[in-house]
Amino acid sequence: MLTCKDFLTELSDYLDEAIDAELRSKLERHITECPNCWVIADTTRKTIQIYKGMEPYPIPADVESRLMKALEKKMAAKQK
Amino acid sequence: MAVSSLAGIDEAALVAQAREGDTTAFSELVRRYEGKIFRLAQHVTQNREDAEDVLQETFMKAYEHLDQFKGDSKFYTWIVRIAVNQALMKLRRRKTDKSVSLDETIDTGEDMVVREIAAWGEDPEQQLSREELGGILDSAIQSLEPLYRSVFVLRDIDELSTEETAEALGLSVPAVKSRLLRARLQLREKLTRFFKRKGDDAFAYM
Repeated sequence: MLTCKDFLTELSDYLDEAIDAELRSKLERHITECPNCWVIADTTRKTIQIYKGMEPYPIPADVESRLMKALEKKMAAKQK
Repeated sequence: MAVSSLAGIDEAALVAQAREGDTTAFSELVRRYEGKIFRLAQHVTQNREDAEDVLQETFMKAYEHLDQFKGDSKFYTWIVRIAVNQALMKLRRRKTDKSVSLDETIDTGEDMVVREIAAWGEDPEQQLSREELGGILDSAIQSLEPLYRSVFVLRDIDELSTEETAEALGLSVPAVKSRLLRARLQLREKLTRFFKRKGDDAFAYM
């Protein structure tokens, strides 16, 4: 029998679908019987989804322009 | 910078051109990844000024050492590694009394904690404005240890594979996995405070 600790150890791979079928079915059996682990798996999955859906903020224009200036200087120096 | 006809060109070709000394090709590579590198640098350093330094240093170093890039990994993985090293150096300089290393042994298991178990509502993030949500997500990440933060940002925000993350951070695959698990559990814990279903409380099922 799988314990809750075993389940937690495998949680990341379970959510990433990076486990074999046999382990997967054991883990799935565990969460049908253990409401706490079901909640942890479900809320961890939602956590990952929310972060994946985060829109990247574009790089600020002033930061980019300073980067480009610094690089141009460097490139010019190297080509001399 | 000229946003150019290079936009559609594949990365390996751009790297090859840049190595030949084509500065336009290198600038195109910078344009592709500057946003991600800046975000990563901000997450790791927690400081805009440091993040900007890291951004510049990363691409300067990449340009300088382009001949050392062998092309057996992705260019992005290679520059991420430079960026993470630069960012950690900044952190070390800030906390002179406390060293920050990616190699620290931290797998005591004690931080794999689950304190709060409460179900969330459906689509809890829809209840908040984008600004509110962004603030909550950012501050939750900021509260993680730098080691966990880097792994989480690369795996779950940048969506690098476990192997690519391991390579970028100079960690083993098992180390990436265990840090990712801890990072995810800690974030879950923090977000639960905001997203748990009304009326549900800790250990409601026990």
